[in-house]
Amino acid sequence: MSESVQTFDGAKLNAILSRFVGKPGALIPILQQTQDEYGYLPREAVRRIARGLRMPEAQVYGVATFYAQFHLKPRGRHIIRVCLGTACHVRGAEMIFSRITSALDLNGGGTTEDLAFTVEKVACLGCCGLAPMMMIDDETYGRLTPKSAMEIVNGYLGETLARAS
Amino acid sequence: MAKRRILLCAGSGCVSSGAWKVKEELLRKLDERGLTEKFEVVASGCHGFCEQGPLLIIYPKETLYCRVEPDDVSEIVEEHLIGDRVVERLFYKDPETGERIADHAKINFYAKQERIVLKNCGVIDPESIAEYVDRGGYDGLRKAVSMDRVAVIEAVKQSGLRGRGGAGFPTGLKWDFTYKADSEKKYIVCNADEGDPGAFMDRSVLEGDPHAVLEGMLVAGYAVGADEGYIYVRAEYPLAVKRLRIAIEQAEEQGYLGSDIFDSGFSFHVSVKEGAGAFVCGEETALLASIMGKRGMPSPRPPFPATSGLWGKPTCLNNVETFANVPFILREGWEKYAAIGTEGSKGTKIFALTGKVNNTGLVEVPMGNTIRKVVYEIGGGVKDDREFKAVQIGGPSGGCIPNSLIDTPIDYDSLVEAGAMMGSGGMVVVDDETCMVDLARYFLEFVQSESCGKCPPCRVGTRKMLECLKRICDGEGEADDIDWLINVGESIKSYSLCGLGQTAPNPALTTIRYFRDEYEAHIKDRTCPAGACQALIDYVIVAEKCKGCGLCIKACPVEAISGEKKTVHTIDYDLCIKCGACMEVCKLDAVIRGKPAAQKEEAA
Repeated sequence: MSESVQTFDGAKLNAILSRFVGKPGALIPILQQTQDEYGYLPREAVRRIARGLRMPEAQVYGVATFYAQFHLKPRGRHIIRVCLGTACHVRGAEMIFSRITSALDLNGGGTTEDLAFTVEKVACLGCCGLAPMMMIDDETYGRLTPKSAMEIVNGYLGETLARAS
Repeated sequence: MAKRRILLCAGSGCVSSGAWKVKEELLRKLDERGLTEKFEVVASGCHGFCEQGPLLIIYPKETLYCRVEPDDVSEIVEEHLIGDRVVERLFYKDPETGERIADHAKINFYAKQERIVLKNCGVIDPESIAEYVDRGGYDGLRKAVSMDRVAVIEAVKQSGLRGRGGAGFPTGLKWDFTYKADSEKKYIVCNADEGDPGAFMDRSVLEGDPHAVLEGMLVAGYAVGADEGYIYVRAEYPLAVKRLRIAIEQAEEQGYLGSDIFDSGFSFHVSVKEGAGAFVCGEETALLASIMGKRGMPSPRPPFPATSGLWGKPTCLNNVETFANVPFILREGWEKYAAIGTEGSKGTKIFALTGKVNNTGLVEVPMGNTIRKVVYEIGGGVKDDREFKAVQIGGPSGGCIPNSLIDTPIDYDSLVEAGAMMGSGGMVVVDDETCMVDLARYFLEFVQSESCGKCPPCRVGTRKMLECLKRICDGEGEADDIDWLINVGESIKSYSLCGLGQTAPNPALTTIRYFRDEYEAHIKDRTCPAGACQALIDYVIVAEKCKGCGLCIKACPVEAISGEKKTVHTIDYDLCIKCGACMEVCKLDAVIRGKPAAQKEEAA
């Protein structure tokens, strides 16, 4: 843990905290901006936010773990979010999810070891007309089949492999 | 000379289908042909017909082009814009008659709707306040501030408007409670935490007509005596957040928001709060906790938010669609509004029509229309001409309405009677390939993971129900499981703290009520009649159809299929993971979902 304290760059966090001084209900927006900045919520950031807001660390931790949006562990460079809303479910989204996760060796979702991908289920992305669908980072892909979904993922995979070599 | 308008739908659906690429190409092409002075390309909000996106509408004749690809743009510009000859191949094709229709007003999907709330959606540029004002925008507010506060509340009461978030509480009454609460400081909160899987009405309204929501909030603020408002938007809706922020900024510049609006002495400020991903925050007390930066857990009522809400102050909380109805009521008069709909449910309701239906998209109909009308006349019937089995209304809080009740009128009370509820407006059509037990399991899995855990009936009860449903789907159900589910479900409904738990068992209870035979088939015969439950099916190669082409062998990720070229292939069920890749690649439909192979062997 001491190592992460040393490597933690607190300047960005301080800037965020200073924007919210004295504002009520600031914890969630602070966590959101911190995560935008660092990609996840590092332990040290949670500690400093608690200190900055003068509240118990447990309370910050409690809020951070309550909401699906917050992550306490580093995430992949590409986030694949497979929609499992009702419309996607009845049009076969589960098959798409299992195809992608088995191809990436991620049973049930999660982050690949090389931090290239995080795969997760989401409840509904609100594009039910295009079901089944998924999002990779900010790009939306609709009317998928397991095959076309894999082709899209392979495109990203090729790009990460190219970068690695 | 005024520019001719080309409307490009830029709702989330069409953006996903590639609307921005079409826009880019269109702008490039117009520039290339020197037409930028003659035409303007306007990106609108959701036009509703997501199935056919990206949509392009060319004025003045409002010619609608469907599923436009960047490659089609050149032809549209050359033929339609320059040559004045329409591009018929891009018209909407009526699934029944096969006729190509140019005028979108003549397409059943639009013709059979009555759009009040969606009047501007897909028609105006949502990032331009001028276009909203041109179409009567903020007239309702202007009228409201010239009236007595009590008269405004009375008008909303008389209109018969009920909350569109699901429960259907009379809006005027809610305003009245907040008005009567004694406090210097009051708040208006707009619930835009649209979390129901399968629902996107609020998103479309926010993206397509954000000013209508602001105007509704302003009228409410004036009526109850509040000077500050929050819009709590789901974080998954970045486009809605962006357009709201633009709308707020423009309204402030033009003096519709801020201090002393219309010289009436009334002041109002609005800020946007982004949610952080918790379904339970759609519940009003949980939502308020979340705005205050806490875990979004509901608290017992009373006290109701109308007396003690945000930071302990009286707070009036309404849904996006509810607020979007308000401008019409003020502008056109409550009498006109109350003339639409049924005795107990006034006005219109927007539905997100999805699932196994031909025309998926956004549908607004007067209350009291039947499910049949929505599914068949507007929705164009069930996809691939399959059998209509049921419609799931109201998401995880709602229930399934079977084929036998397809003529049920859609209003708050009839739906409750049928065991469903209005909910926020998701309407998912399911056909004979959808397993109702699996659908119930799906919803229970959702509510179980979204249960905040505060009260045991919801936290423990939904988990137990889910375990039982999983067992049934896996073919391990027991004879008394069905009665047990009903029993536990009723208890959860009675004893849960908030709306999430009180409605969580509905999907299971209504499917048991109308599709008990399917549950029994899973339990007694260990079969899934719809062929959807993985544990109860196997992929089977039909020997008569298989030509031995080898495609499935290549596609199988676990090498479970073998066979020589031009001989019938076989599946090794010890290796098969039931991924369905073989069925997908087979060009001869020789792979089907059938009864488990083991069972068949036993039978033989």
